[in-house]
Amino acid sequence: MSSAAHSVVEPSTASKRVAGAIVILYALISMIPLFWIVITSFKSPPDSISYPPKIVFTPTLEGYCNLFTTRTRQTPEYIQSLGEPNSICDEITRTRNMVIAGPSNYWPRFQNSMIIAFGSTFLAVFLGTLAAYGFSRFKVPLADDLLFFILSTRMMPPIAVAIPIYLMYRELGLSDTALGMILLYTAVNVSLAVWLLKGFIDEIPREYEEAAMIDGYTRLQAFRKVVLPQATTGIAATAIFCLIFAWNEYAFAVLLTSGEAQTAPPFIPTIIGEGGMDWPAVAAGTTIFLVPILVFTILLRKQLLRGITFGAVRK
Amino acid sequence: MNDRRGGNPLVTDTNASILDRAADAAVRATPEPLAQSVRGLSDRGVAWIFIAPTIVLLLAINIFPLIWAIRLSFTNYRANRPNAEIANVGFDNYTRILTDSDIWIAMQTTAHFVFWTILLQTLIGFTLAWLIDRKFRGHAFWTTVILIPMMLSPAVVGNFWRFLYQPQIGLFNYIVSFFTGVPPSSFEMLGTVHLAPWSIIIVDTWMWTPYVMLICLAGLRSIPDYIYEAAEVDRASNWRQFWSITLPMALPFIMLAVLFRGIENFKMFDMVNLLTGGGPGSTTEVASITLKREAFEKWRTGFSSAFAIILFVAVFGLANIYVKALNRVKSR
Repeated sequence: MSSAAHSVVEPSTASKRVAGAIVILYALISMIPLFWIVITSFKSPPDSISYPPKIVFTPTLEGYCNLFTTRTRQTPEYIQSLGEPNSICDEITRTRNMVIAGPSNYWPRFQNSMIIAFGSTFLAVFLGTLAAYGFSRFKVPLADDLLFFILSTRMMPPIAVAIPIYLMYRELGLSDTALGMILLYTAVNVSLAVWLLKGFIDEIPREYEEAAMIDGYTRLQAFRKVVLPQATTGIAATAIFCLIFAWNEYAFAVLLTSGEAQTAPPFIPTIIGEGGMDWPAVAAGTTIFLVPILVFTILLRKQLLRGITFGAVRK
Repeated sequence: MNDRRGGNPLVTDTNASILDRAADAAVRATPEPLAQSVRGLSDRGVAWIFIAPTIVLLLAINIFPLIWAIRLSFTNYRANRPNAEIANVGFDNYTRILTDSDIWIAMQTTAHFVFWTILLQTLIGFTLAWLIDRKFRGHAFWTTVILIPMMLSPAVVGNFWRFLYQPQIGLFNYIVSFFTGVPPSSFEMLGTVHLAPWSIIIVDTWMWTPYVMLICLAGLRSIPDYIYEAAEVDRASNWRQFWSITLPMALPFIMLAVLFRGIENFKMFDMVNLLTGGGPGSTTEVASITLKREAFEKWRTGFSSAFAIILFVAVFGLANIYVKALNRVKSR
């Protein structure tokens, strides 16, 4: 055929190699900050701030110990009088002339993150699935306007939303409560959930339900036993998106929570040690916080890819 | 499993009594409207029951506060003095915002930030997508790796970039000095007026280029092969194919990515708040930071409500104009 041995549909081996090399180089460079977070979490505080930055160092759990505990400085005589250390953190802390005074706030904040993220995701997906089915299958008056309105609520800057929410929650006693945050995140997420899920449900042929209904199913039964099983992938993809948003959210959390219901993102930047930032502890907190999302991303990459591009392309 | 009310046909219900079957037959024989009321809700009823909770939630958490904010924007209300008398000030807040030079500077800072992040992310993102579309071996795996930064919390990761940007000990400064020979303590990314905006642009680009890449990739994959085959038959050069097929056909997707990033970066708060907090001085004070300072530090609730509404109208208006342009490109 033509002098070019390749067709465009199948690029030449050389061009593939070059493309691969550039992409892999980019991927590796973009991983450096994450790599640095993880290795910093295993450094001792002096190692973490040494110059030049250390890649080879003796790993220690000090960062993780400092993350989960509060400590007080004591005299060596007092520490000697204590007897055997009862945990590895106890031992590490004592080498710094300190004793563990109690647990830090990290774990309660992490728990708040879990409760709020899972609670709001469940609600958003539940409400979103129902509404998406409604919009997909029935003639709803002003459906397009409603859908557009639902979506446009996401265009508001979070701080702009936070001002009236702050006042409203103060009146209702919802300030700094998990319930308040769950409701808020649900409201933010439900717009995306309806939009994504409507797309997934539109793809399920109506004939399936109609056949089931001719066979004697009610509309609700048809929804539960025919549509829901078909929409599982879409629901899972939507749930991941809602979960990631709620897990990562910072603006509302920092403005509307201060103690009781504070989540991890506004808490982690406030971790400080004696005389400045305790970077290994910050890195440890960051690592623990990022791991669930990393696992999600890798396990569910297919659904994620579909969700991101699909959500975009539909609009 | 034992749900017999509707005569579930997919479940082989061996235990169904004759009475049940008779009831089913009777239900099936009844005319439609009556049957519906016997068998369950009408479609209209189901539709409203399904949609209503979402609408109620959005009314309570989105619309009601929005209306409240609109009302407050015409007053001098301050949230830290709930008992003070509230005076109606008409359009004063709006005219003051539109003539306030600090606000305009914040808008310019935002525009600068949005412009550069979008430019960089689109260039790098499209190039990556174009390269990944060569489908080299392992491309799926590396695509997943590239995606990771955009899944992470901008606040938590942005906070860690403060460490990377430390002048003496930070990895970023070390790498820059390694390649350029500039001493690592001679420049301070977060503390210098002309570098601070770029420190934010770099983190945002690192984080969100994957998103642009993904949408561009969807665009490139939507171009059917036969168009390239036809071009090959016509002996169009690779260069020519890129400019007259690849780019125009992927353009709606690129524009979409630009729209989404534009809206998001216009609202940008978390990364800026953690990296620079708007500083040094107010060099990186984007609109959201100004809004936060006015609303939650100076407690000028009425004034900041007016600003919030102006911002919302601006995003909404710009996005709508843009979508019109996008539709024109699509229909070409």
